[in-house]
Amino acid sequence: MSIPDLLKFALRALSGHSLRTGLSMLGVAIGVAAVVMLTALGEGARRYVIDQFASLGTNLVIVVPGKTETTGALPGFGGVPNDLTLDDAEAIRRQVREVRNVAPVSMGTERVSFGERNRQVMIVGSTYELLEVRELGMGSGRFLPAGDWDRGAPVTVLGTTLVRELFDNENPIGKVVRIGEWRMRVIGVLDEMGMRMGIDFDEIAVVPVSTGMKMFNRASLFRVLVKLGSSGDVASAQRQILDLIIDRHGEEDVTIITQDAVISTFSSILGVLTLALGGIAAISLGVAGVGIMNVMLVSVSERTAEVGLLKALGVRRVQILAVFLTEAVLLSTAGGLLGLAGGWMAVRLLVQLYPAIPASPPTWAVVAALSISIGVGAIFGVLPARRATKLDPVAALAGR
Amino acid sequence: MIQLEGICRTFDVGGRPVYALVDVDEQIESGEHIAVMGPSGSGKSTLLNLIGCLDRPTSGSYRLGGREVGDLDELQLSEIRRDWIGFVFQAYHLVPRLDAAANVELPMIFAGIARAERRRRVAAALEAVDMSDRADHRPDQLSGGERQRVAIARATVMGPQILLADEPTGNLDSESGSQVLELLDRMNDEGLTLIVVTHNPDVARRADRVMVMFDGRVTQHISADDFHGHLLPYRDPQEAQ
Repeated sequence: MSIPDLLKFALRALSGHSLRTGLSMLGVAIGVAAVVMLTALGEGARRYVIDQFASLGTNLVIVVPGKTETTGALPGFGGVPNDLTLDDAEAIRRQVREVRNVAPVSMGTERVSFGERNRQVMIVGSTYELLEVRELGMGSGRFLPAGDWDRGAPVTVLGTTLVRELFDNENPIGKVVRIGEWRMRVIGVLDEMGMRMGIDFDEIAVVPVSTGMKMFNRASLFRVLVKLGSSGDVASAQRQILDLIIDRHGEEDVTIITQDAVISTFSSILGVLTLALGGIAAISLGVAGVGIMNVMLVSVSERTAEVGLLKALGVRRVQILAVFLTEAVLLSTAGGLLGLAGGWMAVRLLVQLYPAIPASPPTWAVVAALSISIGVGAIFGVLPARRATKLDPVAALAGR
Repeated sequence: MIQLEGICRTFDVGGRPVYALVDVDEQIESGEHIAVMGPSGSGKSTLLNLIGCLDRPTSGSYRLGGREVGDLDELQLSEIRRDWIGFVFQAYHLVPRLDAAANVELPMIFAGIARAERRRRVAAALEAVDMSDRADHRPDQLSGGERQRVAIARATVMGPQILLADEPTGNLDSESGSQVLELLDRMNDEGLTLIVVTHNPDVARRADRVMVMFDGRVTQHISADDFHGHLLPYRDPQEAQ
């Protein structure tokens, strides 16, 4: 018996019961579509997060004061890190070759008020360089003035939400707001940009870094953002910065976070999440397999006389097994393809509705879903097919 | 060609043995036309299934064309059914979703015969049963007599030695019944060994000889010559005693 003959025979048998065939295919289709959609969502979330990081430029290096690992020193002795100062940031800018821009950052929260209104927001103390390093856009006015980092001019740049809440429809440029005890002139408004790396840029006030440090009474910077030239070697820059800080502080008391490390960490966490989602969806494929088994058992008992006839015609057991197994595999494969198409369309629709999430099923999930659905047919088809081969031909022909 | 010696077939029904065939000794030559008669439950169909290798004897020896069937395994039995034996059933057993031509083609598909050869043989087999013009009709579009003719075409398309028919006209009116019987007669004339199980004396009358069964035994042999004047070709064995 040739393969095309076998397929043709199985197809004819399946098309004879289109409703039953359709329903059991639907079971597999839903399973596969679930795998496709859920993994697409997981993958979309992963890409979304990575895009967020990548939008800052992969050539970003962040210097954070303190060492994340224990030094082994006694508490209170030597374990306390030295301050990360503006001078350190200046030194990095001057001495590390790959560096294009350095933005020192201090941070805290403070009450910002204008007239009767006030609001507690995050205050970012930084310099002109932050504009480029963080790729900020200006809605109106100017950003912090370039020049001497130590000179803390009494000026501030506000996020859009903050402006709306403090000024209503008034033009804020040139107005003076009170930030804590400090009076600051508004010189610019940031573009609307939403959440970035956990900070809502629409709800911050940016002040010069030296002002910020005085405002929060800190000697140490919150961190130093270092942007490398586009051809910059991240590893080499990281080593140079570390050597420089060790040279200046006498010990390794900073942690250097590279964008690559952060991205790969997030990527692997979210990759596992996607895998888990896919696994949960794959359970429904098992359920669909039981459905196929059920349908095939019904089919075998309905076609008992046919099986008896095949035996009387001298059809061998393996051939009867092959017939029913082929039907089961055809069912599950067709269901799988259907689910793939359905899932793909659902994902396309989702992307249309929420373009921000680049949802797309990963190749491994598509391949796995399809091969599992085929395997499901083969595995769950065995029991019914074996039952068919074991029928006694005499009893089967008599309809018993 | 068919040699049965001391054939017994016992079924186990609810723990109690039921003797379907008891000590059957028969010899059937190639090309013979045999009718098997007897009341329901006398073992006619069991004998037919046994000859057709769908069933095995509990004891005794069945030799088909010189080969001891009892020694053959499942696979060899299916090959014998495929190459030697054609079955015709009272209920036709056509596959309802396949048209007449596809039903006739069925055994050849599983025997692995090439497509072109299959098509040629289907055409010839349908021609032989005068069903060529209805080749593309499904069974539910055919009359009972037409269905049985398609079933005969299917039973003979593999070129068997023996045709086994279990009440072939049991579901047919007399006219289509006699058409079917004439068809079977003609195939027998062409050399096919024909064994027909029937209740109907008019069917049995066409055979070379009749085996009468009762309670699993062959109780009587009637030759064609003895039919004259008999409405019932067999005596009730109980009455005879």
